[in-house]
Amino acid sequence: MSKILEKEFFSKNVVKIVLDAPEIARSRKPGHFVIIKMGEKGERIPLTIASADAEKGTVTLVIQKVGVTSDKLSRLEVGDEVTDVVGPLGKATHLENVGTVLCAGGGVGVAPLLPIVEGLKKAGNRVVTILAARTKDLIILEDQMREYSDEVIIMTDDGSYGTKGLVTAGMEEVINREKVNMSVVIGPAIMMKFAALTTKKYNIETVASLNTIMVDGTGMCGACRVSVGGKTKFVCVDGPEFDAHQVDFDEMLSRLSAYQDQESAAYQKYLQTVEA
Amino acid sequence: MENIIEYLKAERAQDWRAELRKSMKAKERTSRERVQMPEEDPFVRNKSKIEVNIGLTAEAAVLEAQRCLDCPDPTCITGCPVGINIPKFIKNIEAKNFAGAAVTLKETNALPAVCGRVCPQEKQCEIVCFYTIKLNKVPVAIGHLERFAADWERNSGKMAIPETEKANNVKVAVIGSGPAGLAAAGDLAKFGYDVTVFEALHEIGGVLKYGIPEFRLPNELVDTEIEVMRKMGIKFRVNFIVGKTASFDDLKKEGFQAFFVGSGAGLPRFMNIPGENYNGIFSSNEYLTRVNLMNAADPEFDTPVISGNKVAVIGGGNTAMDSVRMAKRLGADESMIIYRRSEVEMPARVEEVKHAKEEGIIFMNLHNPLEYYADENGRVKSMKIQKMELGEPDASGRRRPVPIEGSEFIVDVDTVVVSVGVSPNPLIPAALSDLKCTDWGTIVVDKETMQSSIPEIFAGGDIVRGGATVILAMGDGRTAAAGMHKYIQEKIKAN
Repeated sequence: MSKILEKEFFSKNVVKIVLDAPEIARSRKPGHFVIIKMGEKGERIPLTIASADAEKGTVTLVIQKVGVTSDKLSRLEVGDEVTDVVGPLGKATHLENVGTVLCAGGGVGVAPLLPIVEGLKKAGNRVVTILAARTKDLIILEDQMREYSDEVIIMTDDGSYGTKGLVTAGMEEVINREKVNMSVVIGPAIMMKFAALTTKKYNIETVASLNTIMVDGTGMCGACRVSVGGKTKFVCVDGPEFDAHQVDFDEMLSRLSAYQDQESAAYQKYLQTVEA
Repeated sequence: MENIIEYLKAERAQDWRAELRKSMKAKERTSRERVQMPEEDPFVRNKSKIEVNIGLTAEAAVLEAQRCLDCPDPTCITGCPVGINIPKFIKNIEAKNFAGAAVTLKETNALPAVCGRVCPQEKQCEIVCFYTIKLNKVPVAIGHLERFAADWERNSGKMAIPETEKANNVKVAVIGSGPAGLAAAGDLAKFGYDVTVFEALHEIGGVLKYGIPEFRLPNELVDTEIEVMRKMGIKFRVNFIVGKTASFDDLKKEGFQAFFVGSGAGLPRFMNIPGENYNGIFSSNEYLTRVNLMNAADPEFDTPVISGNKVAVIGGGNTAMDSVRMAKRLGADESMIIYRRSEVEMPARVEEVKHAKEEGIIFMNLHNPLEYYADENGRVKSMKIQKMELGEPDASGRRRPVPIEGSEFIVDVDTVVVSVGVSPNPLIPAALSDLKCTDWGTIVVDKETMQSSIPEIFAGGDIVRGGATVILAMGDGRTAAAGMHKYIQEKIKAN
């Protein structure tokens, strides 16, 4: 059981919650994730950790409402408890000074990117961060990102904030302007796919953090498997970060949709019950 | 060992045992037929979660117990990985002291109701029963009797709590709450230790919960056994991954003196053939976890599961049988085993294969998958399989399957469960760089004590064996508990 200590809506569908989880807060490193489960009948879903405070014993998660579990989570209030929280899981990000790092976050992918940006900056890198979303309301954690980035570029699909255009346009601009030694991309699979194709053109080493379907999150089930360089890897224990140029994003996109019909039916049913 | 033999002799010499032996002629005992386990109708059970084996009635159990000759040299015990005093518990059943039988089981076995159901007794105690080795007759149904005694006790509502030594206030940690961990925890508690069991999942029981299905081992029964362990003073912490949530050093700072690692073989193997990552293809671990642990087949629960009409399960072990029979229960029209050797080489228990056949499972033995094909949505729709024949024996002693060239053909399937074995879970070895492991990733231990290359860390079960049975894991847990006890007591004396 982990109590919710703070809660804030970034937009209608994106919510930040701060959980009381002292052990995880102490042990977690950038790149790690947790698995949560809501109630006795809940499913287990992975969520990346946006930040943590070891002294206060808190872990911050940013959740986008996409289905039953994320919606249930978004409806909890301060003082409520999340039934099961386990972690930190996955391998931590490898942080070293490589020179200039181009970080690109799409949608709620910005949340797990934040501790990586912080870590890269503290390791001595020049960090240029691109925050991308469909529209202004969905740009999150901008102030926190500015704190650890040498420069923050905002891209929106509709031009309602920052520059109009896709994340890849912003990336190309930076790459054409200055020497980029490495790139980190986190966001929807489709965004990471095109971001990886962009950096591949320029031969820039790129890391992507994958958020696949998981059950246990400890290597036991293999639901999270992806092909990396033609080999099957488990995101939960081999990742979540991989060489983005080696990831088969099309396979990943297909696997993410494995339960689409059941998930959307369950979500519709759920929405009817909560709104009734 | 001397002590155990002396102890068994003394127990056997007790008046009640001697009288029972005299109460019936040996010839009368040996002329009786072995009891048959009553089973649910195959076409009723293959549509539900109900347990296949119904269990013996008290009358049937007493009759079967009378078959046991209470041998002066009970060879059956040598076949039991946890060393149950088999004649003593069986004679208690004969004497209708069912509670006494249950207490006897619990002297050495933390989970008798579990073992009575899932142990391969035919390869352990029953294969070395006097009936088998000397009389050339079917052995006493030791497994059925074990289950009877454990069930009788549970149904009586009066579960005996095993006696524990006076608390010594020494903290020990057990990592993983599967059969190895629970057996270790039970014995450590009996020695008087302050035991905490750490479990990564949200429920206690490990493979007993996520792996073995309800129709073979109801979860409720595992919970009852765990409740007894709580009453013995054992603490359980779920959602806690040692090496991740807290390090071994963190736990040592909290006062833990020694650790038992029973983290299991939780990394499923795949065959690495083309198309294996299409949707609708699962590891048996995932398939069974979704249904057993997460209740995915129940619409009230949030976890989904895909299960189609034509399901192929790859493999010939107990987990493959569990998966293929589960698929039938989830509504598959055709649920088939694809196994590359023949039935003779199948590692699954004979009983499981028999039950599967009764339930309408199709067996495609001597076949091996080569490739999967998907529809436009990425969901598996068919597979290419190849016929095999048996060649010379390989390292495992079983005849090697050899592909028959040109025998490939296509089978339509919409769900595939890959059940070709598991590798050790990498989390603990990854957390301890000094820990000596094999190239396979299993932890290296001293077989007498189960002590690893790090003195305060002991290990057993699948993380040492790479993939075995519930009872072998429990045996390891018991051996390790004794090893830890000795290690800690020597350390205390030295200080």
